[in-house]
Parts: sequence; structure tokens; C-alpha cells
Amino acid sequence: MLKLSMRKMKVNQRGIIDAVRAGGELGKRIRDMGLVPGTDIKIQGRAPLYDPVAIRVMGFTLTLRNNEADYIDVTVED
Amino acid sequence: MSTGTTIALAGNPNSGKTTLFNALTGARQHVGNYPGVTVERKEGSFIGEGQTFRLIDLPGMYSLTAYSLEELVARDFLVQEKPAAIVNIIDASNLERNLYLTVQFMELGLPVCIALNMVDAAQNRGIEIDAPKLSELMGIPVIPTIARSGQGKAELMQATGEMIDTVELSPPLIISYGEDIDQALAEMECEIADALPEASYPSRWLALKFLENDDQILEYCQRENADLCARLKSIRERVSQHISTTLATCPEAVIADHRYGYIKAIIKQGIITHHHDRNRLFLSDHIDRVLTNRFAGPLIMIAVIMALYQFTFTYSETPVAWLESLFGWLGGMVDANMPDGLLKSLIISGVIDGAGGVLGFAPIIMFMFFGIALLEDSGYLARVAFMLDRVFRSFGLHGASVMPFIVSGGIAGGCAVPGVMATRTLKSPRERLATLLTAPFMNCGAKLPVFALLVGAFFAKYQAQVMLIITMIAWAGALLAAKLLRSTVIKGESTPFVMELPPYRMPTFRGLLIHTWERTWQYVKKAGTIILGISILLWAMMTFPGLPEAQQQSFDLQRAGVTALAPADLEEQLNVIDAKQAETALRYSIAGKIGTSMENVTKFAGFNWRTNIALVGGFAAKEVVVSTLGTAYSLGEVDPEDTNSLGATLAKSPEWNPVVAFSLIVFTIFYAPCFVTVVCIAREAGSWKWGVFSIVFNTSIAFSLAVLSYQIGSAGIFGI
Repeated sequence: MLKLSMRKMKVNQRGIIDAVRAGGELGKRIRDMGLVPGTDIKIQGRAPLYDPVAIRVMGFTLTLRNNEADYIDVTVED
Repeated sequence: MSTGTTIALAGNPNSGKTTLFNALTGARQHVGNYPGVTVERKEGSFIGEGQTFRLIDLPGMYSLTAYSLEELVARDFLVQEKPAAIVNIIDASNLERNLYLTVQFMELGLPVCIALNMVDAAQNRGIEIDAPKLSELMGIPVIPTIARSGQGKAELMQATGEMIDTVELSPPLIISYGEDIDQALAEMECEIADALPEASYPSRWLALKFLENDDQILEYCQRENADLCARLKSIRERVSQHISTTLATCPEAVIADHRYGYIKAIIKQGIITHHHDRNRLFLSDHIDRVLTNRFAGPLIMIAVIMALYQFTFTYSETPVAWLESLFGWLGGMVDANMPDGLLKSLIISGVIDGAGGVLGFAPIIMFMFFGIALLEDSGYLARVAFMLDRVFRSFGLHGASVMPFIVSGGIAGGCAVPGVMATRTLKSPRERLATLLTAPFMNCGAKLPVFALLVGAFFAKYQAQVMLIITMIAWAGALLAAKLLRSTVIKGESTPFVMELPPYRMPTFRGLLIHTWERTWQYVKKAGTIILGISILLWAMMTFPGLPEAQQQSFDLQRAGVTALAPADLEEQLNVIDAKQAETALRYSIAGKIGTSMENVTKFAGFNWRTNIALVGGFAAKEVVVSTLGTAYSLGEVDPEDTNSLGATLAKSPEWNPVVAFSLIVFTIFYAPCFVTVVCIAREAGSWKWGVFSIVFNTSIAFSLAVLSYQIGSAGIFGI
């Protein structure tokens, strides 16, 4: 078990959201889209310039920028 | 039986909402805008089995927290107009997230009926949903539908009708948000019920929104009862403090967590059966592996964008030509059948050209919207935004800004009118406005004749290189201007990119047609009158006050003299006199006076009065710069396609040299968009302020850059 920021995750790596530290507009958006603690995610891929990142959550695909992923902590199994 | 009851159609984006709306209403629908905002408002009626419903297709939304303008509009509609019911369209493959919105509808206390849509697609993904059980657990009707084929729509409407008839007032759903929040909610609810018994919102909902830190509700409370607002604020303060010390988070987060908790609890009771691993790769993901691949992705994207561009501008050529010849024929008819004079000139140059200007764009807009609707509905546009976001973000734009840029003439030869309208695909308001204002810098097809004239006359040896430089200047200028705007007038954080990549889907042809038609029609209807007005105004500026009597007589005398002599080249000599007269008249007109008086200023950019008039005319459409220059240099009508004689005249003129030509090229790239574009900018931005802004801002940039290049160029060449 390892805790890290979503930005640091590798493609195809899976994990469980531990905390969302964003407030305000961004925080609302992130939560509305289903990124709440306890949710399973998987890094699906990255854009050609490594940013934004596409993640798999609850069976659909979501994109967010790296500087937005910074606010999301994830627990991964090594 | 309910007749004419209002029902709102609401749901997440990409849940098939619009397809269902089309299936339910058929041709009985119309589009407008919500008052004061640019968000589309679609309305239609459903008639069937003795009931008539008025259906409102609300914009797609993920939540009632009202994060985007679309969500705000949708929420306002639900709260203020209180529809008899909400038909909540849910993507069956994506139940968990879609129910998040449903729960919020139920908290608002409006009767909700779920249309469990795309059950066929879910089945293909190995997802089976127990609709009756879901209905029982949530206490609301759940009807499986397939919007594309219309399956289930009758049952859906019937269930909705029954629900309206039986449910007088469905009590709002009450979810527990944990002890801290529940206690605060109860306290706030009492306060609100006491202070605002007449409020149009349920009091628990108001309290909830207050805890969620909703700006709009905060403002509402402040306005209605400042005292109450202060008390509520202090309660929220207390809870936030407590939650932040005990749980290291904020009330909004706790509320969202509990809503998802509630949903998970329902789903866990065997609602969904997965026949495969839920995160396994589906066809859509396999396509994405190729289409967003680091190497293949950008190449395919370029190919797709080129194809869209080709499609828009190549295939629309024929209908545009038809319209052109139609208006040409109309002009010819008027020319042949009306006596010469002001009225004839007004009808030909003001009305017919103006209306032609509006309708001439219609086929281009139609093709462009068809192409973009295809890319958008299939899900590819979201991938384009995903791939390009990193680049555009550095200039304060959004990945989706590329489409409007390209269509506007990012590949030389586009058109800013459909480009400006294409910004509708951008959902982030600040990025959209910045794109809207900078897209006209691209080299549209109307600017090309101007460039062709000047490059042909002054840079004949380096045509290709100069054209490439012109394209690069336009791109660099647009991106830097966007950056400038985003750090000054449209300041603000970039909008979060948290965005769904919808699975690839085959768009329905009917949906594409409806989409294309309504947008084209909106353009013609809304833009038509204003454009006609401006066209007449420009005509007047270039016609009045007309030549003084003495001058007029002198030209008549010359004509009479030539005719009396009857030389072999009579026709030619008369044409020369006509052209000379046209030039003199133009110089006398209001536009001419403006041109002459501007000389003192424009001389710094190397422009004489003739160029100035031509640039005034270019506000009608950029190719008019060429034809007006032709008149101003007394060459008569110059066809923008064939500029040899004008080019030769300019090349010989002592007032012209490559530096002047380049300065004029730079000015043409950047100065005020043509008025059709300005009208579109004002409409898309939702305010005339931005239309005027684009005229002033662009012209200032253009003039500064033209002066700069003229001054540097002159100093360099003539060694001053």
C-alpha cells in the first residue's frame, strides 16, 4: 500500500482515491464527476504531450490536467 | 388526463437526452435562447394517447451545484418554473455517476421519472440492470429505453403521465449527511422556514446549498433577508470549522461523499449484474488506443481536421455559387428594369448585396455545423481537445479552441463566420470568449484576394514564402492576442479540464440534420436583419453626399464631347470617363471624407486616402478592399479574382512600395472583422459590448503592427 498524488501514477496503474484536496470550483467539478474518496480508478492513458491524463472511473473515462490531478491523493498497491 | 403539462428533460451530457427529445417531439420543436444568456433552449411537444406534454430539453448537466452556465440555466428553470415532472435520462452503462444528478433532483422535491437509456449498449458491455428493483428502491418509475430507435418512449410518457396524476406533491428525498451536517441542516431549516416562509425553494434544499457554498443561493439569501443570511453563515462557519478539524475536509466534500454513499448502497443491492470485468477495454477504448496514440494520434487528428476543412469549404462551393448567381441574376434584373438612380443603387448595392452576404454564408455554416456535429456527436471532438489542450492552455485557451481557429482560416481560406459559431463547442466561458475574439485574425477566404493582389504586385518572386509568413503571422498574432486578453480583460483561472471522454458512437443522421438545420436557420433569422441594416449604412457612406452639380455636369459634358466625336474606341473612352467619375464620387462620399481626414494618422502606416476608403469598405467584406481600391484608382469595377491591372497600377504608383504593401497585409490580417462576423461575435458572446470591443481591439492591434512594420521597413530599406 502506497499513498501518492494522482499525477505520479503510471499508465494502467490502479488505485483507490484517498482524498480530494481541492476546494471551490475545481473541487465541485471533481466531486460531481464521481471522484470521491473510496472510488476505484485506473490511469487509462496520457495525451501526446503527457498532459492531460485520461482515467477510468466507475466504467467511464474522464480527463483532467496534471495540475488538477495534484489535488487528488490515491492509494495504490505497489 | 394531463394536457399541455410542462415536463423537463434532464440528464448528464452524452446520455442520449437530445436523441430522446427528438424521438419524442419529432418535428414539433423549436429552439431559442434562454433570456440573457447564449445557452440554447429547446422546446417541443409530445402528443400521444390522449395526452399532450410540453417538453423542455434542458442543457446537459452533471450536478445541481451549478458549476457551468448550462447547469445554472437548467437549475434556474427547475427551481423557478417548477415543471410538473422531470424525465431524467440516464446512460445505463454509467448508472452510478448518472444517479448523482437524480438524487439531487429528488432532494429538490420534484417528481422524477427515470428513462434508463441505451440499455442495448449496456447489454453489449455485459451490464444488466434490474429496472423494477431500482424503481422500488428509489421509489420512482424507471423505464428502460433506446432513444435511437424510439423504443420505450410511449411507456416512458405514460409512466410520467401517471406519476403526475397520482403524485400531488412528492416529498423531497432526505439523505443523512452524517451527524454534524444533519444537525446543522435541521437548525438552518428552521431558521429559513421562519424567515422566508414564501421562498420558492424548499427550505432544506436552501440550507443544503448554503452548506455547499453555492454563490447564487448565498446572494439570494443576502438579498431576501440579510439577517438570516448572517445567521446561516455563522452556522456554516461553525460546521466547516468542526469538519475541517475532525475530518480535514469541507462540508461540500462530505455532502458529495454521502450522496455517492447513498447511491452505492442502492446499487449494492443487486441492481447491476456485470457479465465482464467493469473496467475491461471495450471497442471504444481500443479505438482510443489508436486515435489518441502519442504518434498516430496527432497525425490522424491533422487528417481529420483537414477533411473537415475540405468538406466545409470545397463542398459548400457549389451551393454558394448557386446563391451567388441567384443574387447576380436578381441584381441583373433590377439593373435592366429600373431607371438609373439612387433607389436602384440602394437596391443593388445595399439590399441585394446585403441579403446575399447573409445567405451566401448559409451553405458554409450548414456544412461546417454538419461536419462539427458529426465530430462532436461521435465523440471525436473531445479527443481533439484532450490531445491539444496542453498547447492551447499556454495561451489561455482550451484544447477545443483549435476547431474555431481552423474553420476561421487557420488553414488559409476559411471563414470567420462559421468559425465564430463553432466556438459553441467550447463549454468553458472564459476560454470561449478568448477564442471568439481571436479567431477572426485567421486568414479567411475574403482576405486572400487582398493578399494575392499585393503579393502578386510587390513580392512576385517570393509568393509562396510570403503567403507562408502571412499564415504564421496570423497564428502567432491570434495566440498572443488570446494570451493578452486572458491576462487582462478576460482574466481568471483557466476552467478545470475535468471532462468526460464519451465512448465513440455512431451519430444518428436525423440528429445531425436537426442540429445543422436549426443552427443555420438561427443564423439567417437572427443575423439577417442587422446585417442588412449595416450593409445599407455602408452603401450610404460610400454613395452620399454624391458629386456636386458642377462636377456632375463637367463629366456629362466630357461624355457628350466624346460621343459627338464618335471615335472608334468610343466605348472605351466612355468607360474611362465613368471610372473617373466613380473615383471622384467616391472621394466626395462620407467614406471618402473619412479616408482623406484619416490620412494624417494612417500615413504612419504608409496608407493614403485611397487605401483608407478601401479599408472602410473592407468592413463589409474583406474582398471589397480590392474592388474599392479599383474604384479609387479609377479602374472601374475590379474583379477580386483578376487583379492584374490593379496590381500593375499599384506597382507603378510612387505612393506604393513593398513596405507599404506589407504594412497593408499586416493591417488586413488583424483589423476589424467584417460586419457579419461582428454580428456573430455579439450574438455568441451574448452582448454587443464584445462586438464593439472586437472592432476597436482588432483595429488598434492592426494599426500598431502596421505602423511598426512600415516604420521598421522604411528605415531598413531607405536607410533613414
